[in-house]
Amino acid sequence: MQHKIIDVQDVVIRFAGDSGDGMQLTGSLFADMSAIYGNGLSTFPDYPAEIRAPHGTVSGVSGFQVHIGSRKVSTPGDFCDMLIAMNPAALKANAKWCKRHAMILVDDDSFDQTLMSKAGFKTDNPFEELGVEDRTIIVAPITTLTKESLKDSGMDNKAILKCKNMFTLGVACYIYNRPLEPIFNYLERKFSKKHPEVIAPNRKVLSDGFNYAANIQAIANTYTVEPIKNAPKGTYRNISGNQATAWGLLAASEKSGLPLFCGSYPITPATAILEELALHKNLGAKTVQAEDEIAGICTAIGASFAGNLAVTTTSGPGLSLKSEALGLAVMAELPLVVVDVQRGGPSTGLPTKTEQTDLSQALYGRNGECPIPVVCSHSPAHCFDAAFQASKIALEHMTPVILLSEGFLGNGSEPWCVPSMKDYPAIKPPYVDGNIAAGEKFQPFARNAQNMVPYWAVPGQKGYEHRKGGLEKTHAGVISTDPANHEMMVRERAAKVAAIAADIPALEVDGAPAGELLVVGWGGTYGHISSAVQELREEGTGVSYAHFDFINPLPANTREVFSSFKKILVCELNSGQFANYLRGLYPEFEFHKFNKIQGQPFLVEEIKEAVKKEL
Amino acid sequence: MADLTFKDFKSDQEVRWCPGCGDHAVLASLQRALPKVSQALGYEKERFVVVSGIGCSSRLPYYMSTYGFHSIHGRATAISTGIKVANPDLSIWQACGDGDALAIGGNHFIHAIRRNVDINIMLFNNQIYGLTKGQYSPTSKLGAITKTSPYGTVENPFNPGSLVLGAKGTFFARSLDVELALNEEILTQAALHKGCSVVEFLTNCVIFNDGAHKSISDPAIRADKTIVLKQGGKMLFGKDRNKGLVFENNKLKVVTVGEEGYTLDDVLVHDAASDNFALQMALADMKGPDFPVALGIIRNVEDATYDQAVRNQVNEVTAKARVHNVDELLHSGSTWEVK
Repeated sequence: MQHKIIDVQDVVIRFAGDSGDGMQLTGSLFADMSAIYGNGLSTFPDYPAEIRAPHGTVSGVSGFQVHIGSRKVSTPGDFCDMLIAMNPAALKANAKWCKRHAMILVDDDSFDQTLMSKAGFKTDNPFEELGVEDRTIIVAPITTLTKESLKDSGMDNKAILKCKNMFTLGVACYIYNRPLEPIFNYLERKFSKKHPEVIAPNRKVLSDGFNYAANIQAIANTYTVEPIKNAPKGTYRNISGNQATAWGLLAASEKSGLPLFCGSYPITPATAILEELALHKNLGAKTVQAEDEIAGICTAIGASFAGNLAVTTTSGPGLSLKSEALGLAVMAELPLVVVDVQRGGPSTGLPTKTEQTDLSQALYGRNGECPIPVVCSHSPAHCFDAAFQASKIALEHMTPVILLSEGFLGNGSEPWCVPSMKDYPAIKPPYVDGNIAAGEKFQPFARNAQNMVPYWAVPGQKGYEHRKGGLEKTHAGVISTDPANHEMMVRERAAKVAAIAADIPALEVDGAPAGELLVVGWGGTYGHISSAVQELREEGTGVSYAHFDFINPLPANTREVFSSFKKILVCELNSGQFANYLRGLYPEFEFHKFNKIQGQPFLVEEIKEAVKKEL
Repeated sequence: MADLTFKDFKSDQEVRWCPGCGDHAVLASLQRALPKVSQALGYEKERFVVVSGIGCSSRLPYYMSTYGFHSIHGRATAISTGIKVANPDLSIWQACGDGDALAIGGNHFIHAIRRNVDINIMLFNNQIYGLTKGQYSPTSKLGAITKTSPYGTVENPFNPGSLVLGAKGTFFARSLDVELALNEEILTQAALHKGCSVVEFLTNCVIFNDGAHKSISDPAIRADKTIVLKQGGKMLFGKDRNKGLVFENNKLKVVTVGEEGYTLDDVLVHDAASDNFALQMALADMKGPDFPVALGIIRNVEDATYDQAVRNQVNEVTAKARVHNVDELLHSGSTWEVK
């Protein structure tokens, strides 16, 4: 058989197995090595909520999709070119994501009667049953080969079986012509100190997988995906959204000169931010793993009162628990960043799945007139800038800010040309000048007339002793139930938030600035919508696209942008929360909606269809 | 450093507690203790922060001229924790009631004690919800008749002392609102204690629970119904100071010195600083009619504080770190160059 190496522009690979099979690691290693190779990249971990869901069942399948390209990649891909399924359940759960010409690699050893029936197969031919029998199917005895590879390693059977994923990764590396060195380096870094004994076996099984794939005749073609040409020069790294969020907060701490304080309670899918910050005490970050979500935000409010850059990180149900304290931060006019990495809701909902359903909660979920700026991130790497921006707004405008991320962004990763901190602005909180006269009383809620921001005096500063709290007060900080004062303070707090519009960038239009249809998105749907719009344009359908990173307040030119289009289509992963918000603010426009509430990101194809329907 | 007096800690705000409310006395005690604390610790006034939750006693920050934060129901302990961890150089004073600290805020209360955050918690225990006008609290006596228990409560109360000690609190003291001199001394010691200090004030609510502590606070019987524990002092009490506490058969027992063969030598000596946890727990648990209620500092032991541990860890990690700023962080680990 003639072996051909085919050069392709992009490839989507989906690794799937039992939740204990190590598919997340395999996928991220493949992603990291592609990033180092210089490919465009986007990843999408899709895993169950249980740590070890029932073995062999469809609900226990853990998946990790990697999209690599020889040009910039904005989404993890709708459908895959290769599916690696470690057991029948993984095949069953993922066959629907295979392209027409996809290659499917399965572990023959796991396709026994027990696991086949556990996965719910009724016949002996799972491929036919799923309608994928016409794909290129490689049935390899991965378990047997892994055992054979490591029989002299001195490892016990259980440990050997854990190496199946490395064998599989070796096969994938052969098929996509990936060098193994980056993985060897990873093994060295990860295990040289604590478990040097596992390095050699893992190297061996990886190489054996690679060689096995080269020797069998089943693989007719292998593929190369060239590095991106003309990529901007610089230092790159692969980064996940949660890591980028943590680093953006650290950047804001450095640029404001304020120590970072994070009070949080572990919650999926936000926990990695707390973990990442806990790792960076070297940059002065203090982390308090609080006793509950409420203590998370309340310790942060205390730290803010004491003059730190205060942060609490959470996901939807945690944000619900923090609502009352958020109101306190609004009333006390203290800077605070609340990161909500959204997941499927309501209630416990779909903890490991992505959604954009907390928007209304972020905007309105509190008692009283309680406006809070809402900022969002639109890609894993953009989480860095979004976290920086959210912190800057909080500190300079003396207000809590909600930063909306999404599970899809937090867990997803992409290559990032790392910025230089000299290109980021200094953050300048509105400190009191320190020149208070003896006997003069500091007025904690007297405002800068221009942006309505009160001044910040921190405990320890002589002469500025004052009281803050949840009760309505006068500018002087004296409790007041005076009707006129209350209305004035409500309006002033709202005006303060509205004035932030002067500090945020104008809304940009991707495509013609005027026309038939404007596609609108916000947050983590950016990659999919921008890909869809680009593909539509390449196919001759000209549509424009506006993506919102700032939700409250909206960019100052929003009305102007909307007024240049005949139709507006708002695409979001909820039932229409942003569209409803826009309707309230701009009743003169008609907002059409395209929504998906399945705990999954959009598919580029779906958006294209939806756009075509509107034209 | 200026010599501060109690007047320096009084704010210009009108105190709005009911006439006769026990909170007045505790406020006065705090205002008298802080100048001494200021002297002892070398703290200027701007380093004191008074924090509170919600309830009658939580209005206290407005009556102090220090920095203050009147937060939300139950959360004062979490707010205090955040302030202290952010800036361990501040002296934190927290005012909270029995409902605030032990019902809605129970979780934060026990965890601050467990972590040994160096804050001073003043627990105003009047055994009733006052600001909402008279519902039973987690410290109301079994059978208490209140607006929400017209036929009497059917639940056991917390004893704050055993709760604090159960969470391995490092400092617990108890006093009566009216015992101004004792209050002042306890508050000063609480400030000097490095760690989480809980001071329970048995306060009287003249409107909704008048006389809640009358069975021990009535001046005519107070000496017989309470015992004021003094560090290194014999555990003696009573009008004639001839009653004492002894430890017999693994239990505390009240004896009369000079009767049944008991002499002064048999009477226990109080040591709040020893780690005799069982004895301190037994003292905190004492109640009538068989025992006097213990007042004074029951437990005062040293342990590492959370806020300092957090600060030390940051300093240690920073000293050893190879990454010193965000630019270095961005370039750390696996990166690659596009040229």
